[in-house]
Amino acid sequence: MKADIKVAQGSSWPMFVALATAGVVAPFLVYPTFLMKVLCFALFASAFNLLLGFAGLLSFGHAAFFSTSAYVCGYLCKVLGATPEVGILAGTAFAGALGALFGLLAIRRSGIYFAMITLALAQLAYFVELELPITGGEDGLQGIPRGRLLGLIDLSNNLAMYFFVLAIYLGGFWLIHRTIHSPFGQVLKAIRENETRAISLGYAVDRYKLLAFVISATLAGLAGATKSIVFQLASLTDAHWHMSGEVVLMTLLGGLGTVLGPSAGALVIVGLENVLADKVGSWVTVILGGIFVLCVLVFRRGIVGELRALSIARRNEA
Amino acid sequence: MTIFGHSLHELAPQLLLGLINGSFYAVLSLGLALIFGMLNVINFAHGAQFMIGAFVAWIGLTQFGVNYWAALVLAPLVVGALAVLIERLMLRRLYQLDHLYGLLLTFGLALIAEGVFRNYYGVSGESYDVPEQLQGGVNLGFMFLPLYRAWVVVAALGMCLVVWFAIERTRLGATLRAATQRPDLVQALGINVPQLMTLTYATGSALAAYAGVLAAPMVQVNPLMGSNLIIVVFAVVVIGGMGSILGSIVTGIGLGLVEALTKVYYPEASAVVIFLIMVIVLLVRPAGLFGRTA
Repeated sequence: MKADIKVAQGSSWPMFVALATAGVVAPFLVYPTFLMKVLCFALFASAFNLLLGFAGLLSFGHAAFFSTSAYVCGYLCKVLGATPEVGILAGTAFAGALGALFGLLAIRRSGIYFAMITLALAQLAYFVELELPITGGEDGLQGIPRGRLLGLIDLSNNLAMYFFVLAIYLGGFWLIHRTIHSPFGQVLKAIRENETRAISLGYAVDRYKLLAFVISATLAGLAGATKSIVFQLASLTDAHWHMSGEVVLMTLLGGLGTVLGPSAGALVIVGLENVLADKVGSWVTVILGGIFVLCVLVFRRGIVGELRALSIARRNEA
Repeated sequence: MTIFGHSLHELAPQLLLGLINGSFYAVLSLGLALIFGMLNVINFAHGAQFMIGAFVAWIGLTQFGVNYWAALVLAPLVVGALAVLIERLMLRRLYQLDHLYGLLLTFGLALIAEGVFRNYYGVSGESYDVPEQLQGGVNLGFMFLPLYRAWVVVAALGMCLVVWFAIERTRLGATLRAATQRPDLVQALGINVPQLMTLTYATGSALAAYAGVLAAPMVQVNPLMGSNLIIVVFAVVVIGGMGSILGSIVTGIGLGLVEALTKVYYPEASAVVIFLIMVIVLLVRPAGLFGRTA
């Protein structure tokens, strides 16, 4: 087992270099705004995957962290004139605190109930965001200024904005990768595989689950706050349960419990929505639902999971 | 007569509305509990099935002249038949896997149903006339009681009692309860458990459709009517626990009334009060009010 971990860590640098290179080249080939959306959702889905893929906890309420953080960041930048990095940090911290609160409640039950509780709590957050006077109700917060990063770099330049988002994504991705491969991550996997056994081995299972929940919520918040700066908008769309479902779908499609899967899933889903939006209009929901059903029935390993299984099979043959 | 600054004239209609909502919570959470008990699946499509029930009634009336009373039978049959297909073709493949896959599958199905209906009927909603026999109402002195609303409460709670009786007092119900506890043992006794599971899923889904028909004349029939309701019902289920049928009924009605009172005394919180109660219950009694195990 120890050797396994070492191999996994040793071989992760090429992956980072490849990701970073692809990230640097991409904006010269593809529309940067689209890429920024992909990166935000990739980070969001990776954060979600940390919880479902590695701790086995299905949260159906991650939209709450994604959207709350966007509102906090948007409010700070638009109304109080904060710089973008301050807004993003504050939004992220707020999402982490909210995650601690939701996590404390949700981990009191497990399995199916956990999913229902997170869904209900997110719906609570949705209503609060709808009613609060400072969130702009149905309109949301519009025209959030992109501002100057650290007061120096003008983010209204799309390319500068893009590289800032790329840096955030890579940072978040690295953090998740480190978490998964740390002893803490190993304990999470142990809990996922056999919770009773983990308890009998003396692990304070609830504390591990809570910490995983908080990390996941924080990074989901980071993604949401970043998105609010990129699109200069924090809206109820991000808070709706459809959004919670969408992030589940990205993770499932890309490959549950794989490091790269959620990012691949985000790329496919955001790309699909982009391509389909002006062609089939509101049939997009039906198509997403169909993909959901197919993933659950015949494609449970997801894109990255299937590729990995394929490469393992090939290695065994050789 | 005034109660905490509100007259009975103000309170009574709200309480009636609470009773009606509570009856819907009861029927829907009962269906969820039935399915969960037997299949270990949380049926996310329950809200969609509720919505489809209402649409079957509306389409039946406007296109084919099927009246309300026929729809009350027809819609559950249509949705039940759909449910048989879903169980046989899809859900059945997932029983050996983690329970979460059942939730995800039915979530996908709910998205499909909602999307399809939204494409054909938009989100504005269609109105369904109250059947002739139930138009008008009775003046009770302190309030005007629309006949249809009274009927909805009776019909919903009556159905709950029928289900309770079927499960607790009949031979089929006894088999069902046994199969919920020990499917392997019941199968060994020569009972077709897979068939029983199909039947359970169809029945639970049909209950949702029945509630949908009952709701049709009171609300605008629209593709989103189920999804917003079902999340509240999930909270109801967390609060009550899915352990007992009577528990579901009592919790459903109790929460409907609490919601109504909140609407009178502190309207800002009426949309969230059930979620807040869920938070409190989780803190005080995590297994739910009537729950046995987590």
